[in-house]
Amino acid sequence: MALMLIKFDMKKRVKLAQTVWFMYWFAVMAGVLVFSMGLFFKIELRKRSELMDNNESHFLPNLLILMGLVACGINAFGGKVCYDSLDPSKFVKWKPMLKCFLMVCVGFNALLLVTALLCFLMRIPLQFTLAEGLKNGMKYYKDTDTPGRCYMKRTLDLMQIEFRCCGNDNFRDWFEIQWVSNRYLDFSAKEVKDRIGSNVDGQYLMDGVPFSCCNPSSPRPCIQLQMTNNSAYYSYDHYTEELNVWKRGCRDSMLSYYGGLMNTIGLLVVLVTMLEVAVTIGLQYIDSSLSTLVNPEDPESESEGWILEKTVKETFTDIMDKMKSMGKGSKVDEGGEAAVATVS
Amino acid sequence: MVVMKMKFPFEKRVKLAQGLWLLSWCATVAGAFTFSLGCILKTELRRRAEVMDNSDVHVVPNTLMIVGLASLGINYFASKVCQDALDAGRFPRWKKMLKPYFAVSCFFTVLMLLAVIMSYAMKGSLESSLKVGLRNGIRFYKDTDTPGRCFQKQNIDRLQMEFQCCGNTDFKDWFEFQWISNRYLDFSSKEVKDRIKSNVDGRYLVDGVPFSCCNPSSPRPCIQSQLTNDSAHYNYEYQTEELNIYLRGCREALVNYYMGLMNTIGAGVLSVFLLQASVLVSLRFLQTAMEAVEGNENTEIETEGYLLEKSVKETVMEYINPVMKFLMLKNQVEEGTPGNPEIPTDVNVKPGLF
Repeated sequence: MALMLIKFDMKKRVKLAQTVWFMYWFAVMAGVLVFSMGLFFKIELRKRSELMDNNESHFLPNLLILMGLVACGINAFGGKVCYDSLDPSKFVKWKPMLKCFLMVCVGFNALLLVTALLCFLMRIPLQFTLAEGLKNGMKYYKDTDTPGRCYMKRTLDLMQIEFRCCGNDNFRDWFEIQWVSNRYLDFSAKEVKDRIGSNVDGQYLMDGVPFSCCNPSSPRPCIQLQMTNNSAYYSYDHYTEELNVWKRGCRDSMLSYYGGLMNTIGLLVVLVTMLEVAVTIGLQYIDSSLSTLVNPEDPESESEGWILEKTVKETFTDIMDKMKSMGKGSKVDEGGEAAVATVS
Repeated sequence: MVVMKMKFPFEKRVKLAQGLWLLSWCATVAGAFTFSLGCILKTELRRRAEVMDNSDVHVVPNTLMIVGLASLGINYFASKVCQDALDAGRFPRWKKMLKPYFAVSCFFTVLMLLAVIMSYAMKGSLESSLKVGLRNGIRFYKDTDTPGRCFQKQNIDRLQMEFQCCGNTDFKDWFEFQWISNRYLDFSSKEVKDRIKSNVDGRYLVDGVPFSCCNPSSPRPCIQSQLTNDSAHYNYEYQTEELNIYLRGCREALVNYYMGLMNTIGAGVLSVFLLQASVLVSLRFLQTAMEAVEGNENTEIETEGYLLEKSVKETVMEYINPVMKFLMLKNQVEEGTPGNPEIPTDVNVKPGLF
């Protein structure tokens, strides 16, 4: 009892082949889309790899690029087979490898589903990488004269401006580190000496933030320094002031940006998987319908098409038996050799 | 005196018709491309409309959009004509429409060329519009509580950050205007009173700039206030400091941006113009070559094609004369009727007029 049996006459077979050929072309474009999404994701990760300590895992974008390329290849080949299926003389050369190809397709579809799942799950390791990287980034903000870190200030400033965020969790993170380079501090001034003396590590800490934290939507010019001192500014209360600097932390902003990107890519890959499953089923129908012609000589006779020749349970037991017999076959060989050895 | 006569045997006519069909479809796509270029330019100009004083420069994208739409129609018509051209039975029905069609399409093609020229010529107008617009933007920067101007601060800040510029001509423009709102000035303090008294208009002027002028590439934290005072900051020299704030003025930055955009678009539209002109020339040759075939039994005879039947001057007069007649006609009627009621109403008979 075949799974989802459908009767096919000549016209229906032709229509099926044409539809599946069309769908294969869409699937090729979908493969290109997956490839380009993987490339885009890779570029986005590399753009901000400084903020992630150059430690980020490129496994997911590389996988997406690979799957995109393989999808293009498989779908182009499938489209060619579909195109040739309408001509019995051309189809004969593809017939022997079709079963193998269909198995490969099924395997590839499973891999695509795993990729989609990974897209949703890889958010978690990225969260930790980002947290670590941002903390270190802020520490190196002042090191504009250290080779290898001289662009950290610019990267961090541009990131805070673009993502509209300040600090790691919030703007107070800037109060805990020294972000002004020693080259621009007058160590003979009393104020500097006081501040450096006031903490264990001898760091110049202040209640101020860099200019990139400023919010352009604020009605008043930006207050960056002496932020917790209400009397330093006219009509200023730092408890109720909301528009002055960005309130959100950069870890949250970047995480939601990358999380959104990965969710979108995951969703797209799920849709591409569904398309791939559909074309695989279509190709299976074409294959089965062309191999069960009532009259093998007459290409216009009726035939039947199915997804599986027997029911799911029977197909499964068949596969298990095959695997067992393959295993037994090797055992018989060993047993035979042993028997021969003992005999002789 | 025929302009550009060419001989057309049958195969050459067929090749011309086929080539023209392909060319006209390419030109249709090019027309759509021109329209989209016009839309892009208009969107970009509208985005910064707050810092532009007038919208004179909008004539360039408007013309591009009109020409793009017109060329869609022109080229579609051309493809229809050349499809019927080789069929001697179906070609005659297009004959009547071709003369006005050529007049209209020549007009729009010339308009396309004008749009390209204008996109280079509008630089001066754009610059003066930006000068006034940016000046107003800086003047109203502090008015974040005045309806209609409350987003001026945000727009100018975002503009300066995006285009990496400061002020109108340069950052010193900020020293001439009060850019801190009175709501945040303590009028009881001595410093504020001194500054307000120091100038005629009673404005709080500072030698400082807003935070959006800060350059992220600077190795030191941004110095925004007391810019001209070397002793206010450690290891700071105002004359040699280059990376602290953006040194470029926003007018220059915006003019460069828009001229770059218009130059690129101009180059694209110029190539579309050449394509369009070649479509019209080929269609004219096809029309004149097919005219000789008409009425002939043998459709495969060799014919001659030409661009203009008479010389350029005579053809131009031929087109202008009906228009002139119409205008002269109006004048004639207005001059004639009050004085002499016996002048014949058949105004077509005017022996001494031309």
